Amino acid sequence: MSADALTALKAKFPQATDRASADHPAVNVPLGDLVAALGFLRDEWAFDLLMDVTAIDWAEGAAPRFTVVYHLLSTTRAGSYVRVAANCAGTDAEPTAPSIVSLWPGANWHERECFDMFGIKFEGHPDLRRILMWDGYPFYPLRKEFPLAGIETELPVADIQEETGTRVIAAPMMGGPFVASAGEMNLTDAEPRAKDESWADRATRPDQTPLRQVKD
Amino acid sequence: MVTANSELGYNSKVEGGVIVSRADAAINWIRTNSMWPMPMGLACCAIELMAVGGARFDIARFGAEVMRFSPRQSDCMIVAGTVTYKMAPQVRRIYDQMAAPKWVIAMGACASSGGMYRSYATLQGVDRIVPVDVYVSGCPPRPEALLDALMKLQTKVRSEPSASRLLSA
Repeated sequence: MSADALTALKAKFPQATDRASADHPAVNVPLGDLVAALGFLRDEWAFDLLMDVTAIDWAEGAAPRFTVVYHLLSTTRAGSYVRVAANCAGTDAEPTAPSIVSLWPGANWHERECFDMFGIKFEGHPDLRRILMWDGYPFYPLRKEFPLAGIETELPVADIQEETGTRVIAAPMMGGPFVASAGEMNLTDAEPRAKDESWADRATRPDQTPLRQVKD
Repeated sequence: MVTANSELGYNSKVEGGVIVSRADAAINWIRTNSMWPMPMGLACCAIELMAVGGARFDIARFGAEVMRFSPRQSDCMIVAGTVTYKMAPQVRRIYDQMAAPKWVIAMGACASSGGMYRSYATLQGVDRIVPVDVYVSGCPPRPEALLDALMKLQTKVRSEPSASRLLSA
């Protein structure tokens, strides 16, 4: 069912191409066709529910740098789920994509989140503000150049920062990220632990004597 | 015949209408047993906080069942949950609006240290923004752990020099 919809989509929009996908059918469309293609899927193929709007940051210096991805579900035809992707226009610092709030009002907050995390400007959005971080936060946390631990910056409210002396700080993980192990093993070994165990009591840091001396 | 007063408790026949005590003991006794919490429920710890208020664990046994959602009427802020940097200024504002004397319990790993959220968005411990009296470990803590924290706080309040503080204020 979903594949039929995408075949029809490719017939109507010749520039659309198949997109590699492990589960649901997916398609790449040029940014200029995006709103029309999504409107076509909604009106002609009953993809009435917009599940998600998200984005991919391919890497610093990659071209294209950002891709927006739309997940569509049909509530009237069982099992119909497609993904539509389009590469963003604009610069690396300020990528752009057209807003689809006119098609699905529910896209409003999805696009705000996408803007908050990736800095993608959705043109035509009625109220494009940050939704998770506070107004005035200077970074886009899900971009590749943003470190996992964060970047030191100012608190949202200046007088509270002055009174408490607290700032937004980088919080590096102690050897993390932590990964749990699967398989048949005892629960202690399966606990989430850092790949880099250089600081843990299991391995000895070069400048440290062993914490646990094993007796022969 | 004169005998030593061997009674430990208050006896109106012996002592009349007067009880002699220290002002600290009286003030702290009042404060200890009517500690109204400001429930700062920010995440899943707040569910355990609600369980503490329920019949099974019953925080009313310690005189702290009167959850006040107004900082003006509360004595003890229970920070139950993850404090994001976006929320941190509001937590501090509410603490500032509470009337003294006031205390803070950091409930759970997130409020105590940021917990598992070592992230750009999470305050790494609410003690960076307000002074904390009691930390509770757990993710989330059992309700008994919060009751234990309340009892620890009561023990702390009992030893405070409340009268001299009132006079010097």
